[in-house]
Amino acid sequence: MAQKEYAFYPGCSSQRKASAANYMTSVAAMCKTLDIKLTDIPDWNCCGASIAYAGGGELERVVMNARNFTLAAKHLPDRDIVATCAACWLNSRESKVKLDGNPQLLAHANEALKEAGLHYQGSAPVRHMVEVLIEDFGYKELKKPVVTSLAGIKFAGYVGCQTNRPFGIAGESFENPMYLDKLVEAMGGEALTAYDQKVTCCGGALAFSEPDKSQKQIRDVVESAYDHGADMLVTPCPLCQANVEVYQSEINRKQGTNFHLPIVYYSQLMAVAYGGSVKAAGLDGHIIAPTRLQEIATKK
Amino acid sequence: MHALRTTGHQTIPAVAARYRNNFLKEVEAHVEDGEWVKMCMQCGVCAGSCPLGAHWEHPPQELFMMIRAGKRAEVLTSDAMWMCTSCYNCVVRCPRKLPITQIMHGIASYAQELGLAPEVQPTRDFSIQFWKNCTKTGRVNEMKLTVGLYFKDGLVAGIKQVMNMLPVALGLMKAGRLNPFELLRGHSPKDQKGIAAMLKRARAIEAQRAPVTH
Amino acid sequence: MADKKFAAYLCAGCGLGEVLDLGTMEKVVKREGKMQVIKRHDVLCSADGVQAIRDDIANEGVTHVLIAGCSRRAKTEAFDFPETAMARANLREGVLWVVAPGTDHDEVRQEMADDYIRMGCAELKKMAVPTGNPNCASNKRILVVGGGMSGLTAAIEAAETGYEVLLVEKEPQLGGWAAKLYKRVPFREPYAEPQDTGLAELIARVEAHPKVRVHLASTLAETAGAPGRFAVKIATESGAVTQEMVGAIVQASGFSTYDLAKLPELGGGLPSVVDQAGLEQLAKAANGGVIQRADGQAVSSVVFVQCAGQRDASGTHLPYCSGHCCATSVKQAMYFKDANPDVDTVVLYTDLRMPGMGEDFYRSAQSKGVIFTKGQVSTVKAAGTGCSVNFRDLILNEEVTLGADLVVLATGQVPNSGVNIDLLAEPAAAEQTPTDEASATPVEPAAALPPSILNLTYRQGPDLPQLKAGLTDSHFICFPYETRRTGIYAAGPVRRPMDMLQATDDATGAALKAIQAVENAALGRAAHPRSGDLSYPIVRLEGCTQCKRCTVECPFGAIDEDERRFPVFNESRCRRCGTCMGACPVRVIAFENYSVDTVGSQIKSLDMPDEFSERPRILLLACENDAYPALDMAGVSRICYSAFVRAIPVRCLGSVNTIWITDALNSGWDGVMLMGCKRGDDYQCHFVKGSELAHYRLSKIDDTLTQLSLETERVASFEVAITDSRRVAALINDYAETIKRIGMSPLKGFN
Repeated sequence: MAQKEYAFYPGCSSQRKASAANYMTSVAAMCKTLDIKLTDIPDWNCCGASIAYAGGGELERVVMNARNFTLAAKHLPDRDIVATCAACWLNSRESKVKLDGNPQLLAHANEALKEAGLHYQGSAPVRHMVEVLIEDFGYKELKKPVVTSLAGIKFAGYVGCQTNRPFGIAGESFENPMYLDKLVEAMGGEALTAYDQKVTCCGGALAFSEPDKSQKQIRDVVESAYDHGADMLVTPCPLCQANVEVYQSEINRKQGTNFHLPIVYYSQLMAVAYGGSVKAAGLDGHIIAPTRLQEIATKK
Repeated sequence: MHALRTTGHQTIPAVAARYRNNFLKEVEAHVEDGEWVKMCMQCGVCAGSCPLGAHWEHPPQELFMMIRAGKRAEVLTSDAMWMCTSCYNCVVRCPRKLPITQIMHGIASYAQELGLAPEVQPTRDFSIQFWKNCTKTGRVNEMKLTVGLYFKDGLVAGIKQVMNMLPVALGLMKAGRLNPFELLRGHSPKDQKGIAAMLKRARAIEAQRAPVTH
Repeated sequence: MADKKFAAYLCAGCGLGEVLDLGTMEKVVKREGKMQVIKRHDVLCSADGVQAIRDDIANEGVTHVLIAGCSRRAKTEAFDFPETAMARANLREGVLWVVAPGTDHDEVRQEMADDYIRMGCAELKKMAVPTGNPNCASNKRILVVGGGMSGLTAAIEAAETGYEVLLVEKEPQLGGWAAKLYKRVPFREPYAEPQDTGLAELIARVEAHPKVRVHLASTLAETAGAPGRFAVKIATESGAVTQEMVGAIVQASGFSTYDLAKLPELGGGLPSVVDQAGLEQLAKAANGGVIQRADGQAVSSVVFVQCAGQRDASGTHLPYCSGHCCATSVKQAMYFKDANPDVDTVVLYTDLRMPGMGEDFYRSAQSKGVIFTKGQVSTVKAAGTGCSVNFRDLILNEEVTLGADLVVLATGQVPNSGVNIDLLAEPAAAEQTPTDEASATPVEPAAALPPSILNLTYRQGPDLPQLKAGLTDSHFICFPYETRRTGIYAAGPVRRPMDMLQATDDATGAALKAIQAVENAALGRAAHPRSGDLSYPIVRLEGCTQCKRCTVECPFGAIDEDERRFPVFNESRCRRCGTCMGACPVRVIAFENYSVDTVGSQIKSLDMPDEFSERPRILLLACENDAYPALDMAGVSRICYSAFVRAIPVRCLGSVNTIWITDALNSGWDGVMLMGCKRGDDYQCHFVKGSELAHYRLSKIDDTLTQLSLETERVASFEVAITDSRRVAALINDYAETIKRIGMSPLKGFN
């Protein structure tokens, strides 16, 4: 397969030493194996995430994204824009839908963009990395470079919200998306397809502002994974990963549970299956170490 | 540009006209996706689909009915819509395809703009902090955001919070996912000036849609 | 009749030949059945097998045919010999497929098969070839009563199918309610805007059609006769009467609005309160402009109150939902919004019911800014120049008082069904008769009754029987347009409440039924549900005791009385259910191929095992419409049941004459089961009253059992549906257990 090139929108949490830095590390390893070339959108800015609504109005949030699209179109024309963060992808895509469907909003956005010397004239599609894997490669293609089997590890596929709703991955249902399970199986792992909290909300940004309410959500997510015999959770979303990993100790402290469930990214298990090291797969970037995956990555 | 996006605290008329179109029309004109409110058919699937459903003072469909019934003050001062986690479950399940998440954000935003949002609302505070944080340079500074949050209720509460979360913070630092030096200087795009000007202009355009006065 | 020649054909196909001993059966046919021709075929329903039968009919003069093989409900196209009398012994669905497999059951299985052969032969002996109704008449003109949307549609549909139509309308112009509407609810995509009624075009088509004759300002002074020969007297307002002959009648007499004066608590009577018809009048006057009240004030706020005086469980108002009113209010709210979007328009409902594509229409009203809320209205009172509506908002759970310039009450449809013949009772007969129909002596003063629509000269009363709440409905799925007056079909809101689109569908269906009726009548055949049946009831008047049971019990008003109180059968009105035959205490009523004897001889034909054999015999009289098909389906599904049962299909449980039960018990049968359709308001009986009458008659059977010193369990009746294949088997097995428990009949060997 020829090399595939994309305009990459990393997002704030994927930056060096940021909360999803290890996601980025594993994505880089995975892309190297699959011969994917990701070129950062030059001078990209934050998408505003979902939570900024009380601070920024609709137009302010939209122009933040419009700026990224315009920079991508200018410097990396004709390349699909790819995001790895669920919130980045959702907010970009939602902004694009609004810009392309609302002439008045578009006019206003361009009025504002002018201040930054830019003009939005449409952009390439905004896609999640998972879409690229499934649609541009396919499970069969993704399986080909596997050199290290993940056999024996039980993964609960925790899809979460924002890669699933409202846009989702084409062909998947909102209530029971199967793509993580299929990815796990393609890598030789055991997918716990009956895991029943795969699209439960972790609380998102409210993990900060409404900790008790969010931690109840996180508890459901973790508890059910244990009930189904999971060794670890696999997720496509940086905020899901962070919330569910970080707050387990809080929940243990407050509620007397004994949670210690590793949460990894799909890209990490792919990097391991493709023969990557602990470091290359970002497996050194966890508070709750995914030891079984680390063992496999070390053994080979 | 970092001033709070409010137009001052409003006085609320004691009696609003009921079941008239006044407030509905106001919402349609000023709330993101507000033109959808009239299309709700009151099935309640949104209420049943919300992960934080039990904590809503009024579930979305009730807010929609309240808007149509002209209950302006009760809607805008409610803390219901601040419970939205942006999970979009209501959106994909709504049989009428209402963008409920967006409308909830829109109502919250409008309430904030009018200065009617609850005085104490942690999600509102976080939302504003987040926006300030990410628009200061153009990218989020996670360290400053976290520290800012912990100390929002004062030094003592902040230290207590830090002590609680210290092992986690240390773990994240060890894992290379939290950088204390961000407190000094974090990531940022180069054209911060352009971004600031752009946002200022956007804010000005939005302000032109002056909120209705009562 | 010419010489009879009896022939029996035994089929060895479908495994019958392997499992059953056909040799034994041939002996039974020969020795006991006394059949003159006996043949066996490997696949009787094959072209070859059928040809063999045809050859015998043509060359050997066979007049009576017994087919021993599959159920009478199977292979009906193959075994179609209309020139002969035919009986079917059900060995496949009735024996082979329902008796437990294996050699352990060989003996009981063979006994069962032999008995069905005996019964088939016995039935055949008593049968004659039906010759058709001699009193048939062939007028094929269709009378349509009512010139509204339903009537006009029925008229144009019948006319365009090629039938002459007579349309009678009581008003001086056509159109009915539709003519009073400003616009109608849309019935085409995109279902978003009110549309023109399309009435003018329809009226023009009807008036221009060469096959339609219209009588305006006219009513029916008298309707006499039967399908194919109804004689109707059409009276004009001036009193002039013309007589016409028609073959069938579609009654599309429509509805009236519920009286607003009965709703004072909802403001009925206030000048700022109208019903939906009243609003149409205002909208028509405004003609797209701003809608004004009758007093000339422009309406700037309007509230619609749904279900006003409808869906009332207290018994004060209409108990039912009229079906159209939600969509009508949505449409009327649009009248206001389309004229001026600033008019505050609120619809208060408890359930918004938008049938068909109404959801799109509802959505369109929402997008126009009509406010809908779930609210329970308690009162509407005068306030200022308008009124105030007091309601509980059921979404917001609070009491609200809302001012409005105008309130529209969505009241319901009251069917124009004429005289409720149930209110006409013959006081002396009322107690004796199980049915609510009796002869026409008004109990209340005639003035209290609405005018009759049809003025039928039938002894049962001048109008169609009503099912409930004044509606002339029939079975809503299986035979919606059928009334209990053969050849007269109800269509539109007189039948059940409905909207205009449903009424046009209804009218089309009823017109087709009317056409079917005239065609059947012309050939002397039955109408639904035995459409095409040539048999008809023949009465031996010399044995009649003038008891009137048949005339009273006939569900269809087919039997009148002459001056000596003898029954006068109107064969064309008869549905051939046999209820009269079941009712007759002296058993003088019979059909050529279905009679007290055809069934009675089967009951007596059995080789009855003795009291000590431990082989009870259970007679099962099963309605051919639902119960017998369910039994067959049990066979098809290989659901086993007791081999001690012997099933005989009957036309309807109403045709079961109690002599069959007495005879069965006297002949040593150990138990009698009856299976028929559900009775009551939500009946499933294809003859409406048959299963109810059977139930009534059976309620008196205990006396007979006591006289015979038998346990009351020896007779049991069940209501079953056509889908009950598993249940019928379970009922049989349970009943067989009951018989085992109470023991064998002591009456064996005495007959």
